[in-house]
Amino acid sequence: MWRYFLRRLGFLLLTLVVTSIIIFLVTRWLPGDVARVILGREAGEAAVAQVREELGLDDPLPVQYVDWVRGFVVGEWGLSYSTRTEILPLVTQRLRNSLMLAVVTLVLAVPLAVGLGVLAGLNEDRWVDSLISVASLSVVGLPEFVTGLILIQVFAFGFGLFPATSLISPDAGFFEALPSLILPAVTAMLVLLAYIARLVRSGVIEELKQPYVRTAALKGLPYRTVVVRHVLRNALLPAVTVLAISIGWLVSGLIVVENVFNYPGMGRLFIFAVDRRDLPLIQALTMVTVLIFAFANLLADMAYALLNPQIRLGE
Amino acid sequence: MVNHNGPLLDIDDLTVGYRQGERRLEAVRHVSLRIWPGQSVGIVGESGSGKTTLAMAVMRYLPPEGQILSGTIRFGDREVQDLSDRDMRDLWGGQIALVPQGARSALNPSMRLGDQAAEILRYHRGLSRKAAHEQARASFERVQLGDPERIARAYPHQLSGGMLQRVLIAMALSTEPALLVLDEPTSSLDVTTQAEILKLVRDLIRGEQHTAVLYITHNLSVVAQLCDRVAVMYAGDLVEDAGTRPLYRQPLHPYTRGLLDCVPVLGTTKHEVDLRPIDGQIPGPESRPQGCVFRPRCPLAIDVCETYPPLYDAGEERRSRCHRWEGIRAGELDPAQPVPARERTPPGERAGTALDVKDISVHFFERASLPQRLRGERGTVVRAVDGVSLTLGKGRTLGLVGESGSGKTTLARAIIGLVARTSGTIEFLDMAVPPKLAGRSRDIYSALQVVFQDPTDALNPFIGVGEALRRPVQRLRTEKVDDADQVVAALLESVDLSPSYALRLPDELSGGEKQRVAVARAFAPNPAVLLADEPVSSLDVSVQASLLNLLDQLQTEHGTAILFISHDVAVVGYLADDIAVIYLGELMEVSPASALFDPPYHPYTEALLASVPLLDPDAEQREVQLKGDIPSPSAKPSGCPFHTRCPRFLGDICVEQRPPWREREGGGKRYFCHIAWDDLVRQQERIFRFSETGKEV
Ligand code: SF4
Ligand code: SF4
Repeated sequence: MWRYFLRRLGFLLLTLVVTSIIIFLVTRWLPGDVARVILGREAGEAAVAQVREELGLDDPLPVQYVDWVRGFVVGEWGLSYSTRTEILPLVTQRLRNSLMLAVVTLVLAVPLAVGLGVLAGLNEDRWVDSLISVASLSVVGLPEFVTGLILIQVFAFGFGLFPATSLISPDAGFFEALPSLILPAVTAMLVLLAYIARLVRSGVIEELKQPYVRTAALKGLPYRTVVVRHVLRNALLPAVTVLAISIGWLVSGLIVVENVFNYPGMGRLFIFAVDRRDLPLIQALTMVTVLIFAFANLLADMAYALLNPQIRLGE
Repeated sequence: MVNHNGPLLDIDDLTVGYRQGERRLEAVRHVSLRIWPGQSVGIVGESGSGKTTLAMAVMRYLPPEGQILSGTIRFGDREVQDLSDRDMRDLWGGQIALVPQGARSALNPSMRLGDQAAEILRYHRGLSRKAAHEQARASFERVQLGDPERIARAYPHQLSGGMLQRVLIAMALSTEPALLVLDEPTSSLDVTTQAEILKLVRDLIRGEQHTAVLYITHNLSVVAQLCDRVAVMYAGDLVEDAGTRPLYRQPLHPYTRGLLDCVPVLGTTKHEVDLRPIDGQIPGPESRPQGCVFRPRCPLAIDVCETYPPLYDAGEERRSRCHRWEGIRAGELDPAQPVPARERTPPGERAGTALDVKDISVHFFERASLPQRLRGERGTVVRAVDGVSLTLGKGRTLGLVGESGSGKTTLARAIIGLVARTSGTIEFLDMAVPPKLAGRSRDIYSALQVVFQDPTDALNPFIGVGEALRRPVQRLRTEKVDDADQVVAALLESVDLSPSYALRLPDELSGGEKQRVAVARAFAPNPAVLLADEPVSSLDVSVQASLLNLLDQLQTEHGTAILFISHDVAVVGYLADDIAVIYLGELMEVSPASALFDPPYHPYTEALLASVPLLDPDAEQREVQLKGDIPSPSAKPSGCPFHTRCPRFLGDICVEQRPPWREREGGGKRYFCHIAWDDLVRQQERIFRFSETGKEV
């Protein structure tokens, strides 16, 4: 297990190095002189040269790269070109919000998706299964802004249960923020739900056909025991992996959902940064996203290994 | 508990069907069978006989589309169909236990074996976690699994197939059930492992006075050695049911007779005995004939057979579903299938060499994984084939016997050129053969043909039979072919298929027919050598017999030399002129077929011969116990490769020094062992003696 973990970790570090180089190079080669972007079109040559000098834009590329990586690691993320403020607090603030949203989404999605998937799988081709399939497919067919707007109409304006927009003050605690999290989380969950439920369903159907299920049933174990102890563990394997990987998407890919609810998360910050050509901010956000995706992948691998003795025991 | 004076299991006129669309197909028809406490009953049948459906109906575990259409199953004094699901669960595992086939897939891959064994005790005995685990370990000990602690902690992928099968047996026995159902428990195991499992089951049957056994198998020899009674099934019918001895002595149903005549008996050869295949095929449930199901294939069929025969009571606790059983018992009627018309090849004189394999090795380099490399390990060399030399005489048959992992298939692939050999030479009709198929001339390619185990893989499903045969005829024959269609028709006829088969696709053929097409295709370019890699292993015994006859007949007609590779000593012994025994990539013994069954045997051959179940229930067979499992070819033992398991292990010399080849002047047998010829002869008794005929092998 440890060996497996170290190996995965090694791969992860390697990925990080490679992607960071790519990010660095791409932002350097983006058209447009960074100094000009900062100073505006009318700035004189001398001023531009000075800014270039300050930013170290004239150093050789490897030097710039090492500088940049070192800065990133020790938390010197520099100033945003557009807001003229420190990038680090800006990003951590948004990251915190996004993580909260991801957690709430997963808490809602996992039990529901697994429950529906197992129910559908155990009743393959019966009416429960068809109902779940039809319902989840019709939800997944709707784009997030439609489901989001419907939810707002019904629960915010109709019943007044939750706020329609999610203005979370920077120092609000999790529970203070919770009401504003529910609607966006439900919207994001609906995207995941059908997908995960289908995975669980096909996992259950596949495992039920395995000969070991017959062995377990013919031991005389109650049906519930056969399902919970024998079938689920193997059937959930693919879904667990996908869930872990989806963390990355939940944290930094919820651009539409965040926009619908005006949610101050990573996704919207990304759009903002790209809009303004705010290179340091883009770099920082991309690095954070890569880190999160890498971490989610590691989590997925570890979860898979934990559930699968063949890998855990390192054969 | 079953407190009851009658039979333990009483199946009465049972019919089981499967819904298929609108139709209801009967997989088991009008079966009646009783099992008494402590009795062991074998159910024998080929595929499509309904034996597995019967077993699952007894356990009331049919798939959703399966259904008991009529008849009753009583277990003790209760009718199984009437039980509630709850009562049924108390029976399962508690009173009736199943030992399934394919141990690896029959166990949960992500659960420790100790947990899997303990849960049955916790549920049926209400034991605490701790007590259940203790008992589970005790049950492992009972089936002679060494180190039960380790087994209990292990996951299925960490153990060998034979050990897993033991775990399943231990689990089934742990609640002391009244009825143990064994469903082909050795079907995926090697013959030496199978022998150990069978010995275990036999000892358990004899030791348990109260547990009754229902043993489902296709293997007539296994039940002969194991069971008190045998029931034979054919196309859903129970056709005969008798005590084991009387059944094998004098079957009272023509199908049973036919089945027995299809099995090559260990120690007999094609020169002395004919296999008598049963003409035709088992009908599927949708195409059963009127009246007796065996009628289209029966040599005794007469008009009266058009009415469905009852299970006649033939006295002496025997029953037969044949109208003519009395005539058969009185000896007035001969239920045997006709002797196939074939010239018996005289045990051919040696007429030069067709294929000469010299000192061939096939080593694979297995790269180390990243963590292994971090620990400074390099890759390992897998010595799949290690210095094998073989000579195949023109027109003769050389049998190569080995278990899984012996390298026999790799050797075959190296000869065909599908894997490149690492070293050694192959000479073929005095031509040097390059290692890779791509480097070989058309002459070599067309004169060295091959038939594989699985005919489904070998035939392209989109190419019709006629086209599949026409291609090699046109491309590979040396002489010019004017009328390819005519040659194709002749080829089909030579494998006993009608020329109309040319128009069919492989999917429309049965397994046996596909293999015939594969054989026809191999013979299409008139090869000098045919390499047959387990060509009959996936076939039912009656089909197998006809294929063996076919190979022999084609050999006689074409003078083709055959390298016949198999795990089945009886089949190889029957068909081959010479036999080579391979273990861990090296030859252990090379012997003329006639001498293989006489001492001295190489210690591995000895164990192999002692492992083969014999068809004669009264035959005496010596027991030879092997230690452990076959080692991996990547960690081959030093010295003699067999030393880790050898019952005649001599000590350091076997570990440190390579044994010499030993032989007698004048050719004949040679073997690879430190024990000298005379010593070995002195130490070894014959392995088996047959009863009835007094024939001693
Ligand atoms: S009943 Fe007739 S056809 Fe059937 S096995 Fe007996 S003799 Fe043959
Ligand atoms: S050399 Fe030794 S270990 Fe090998 S077969 Fe002979 S006695 Fe057994």
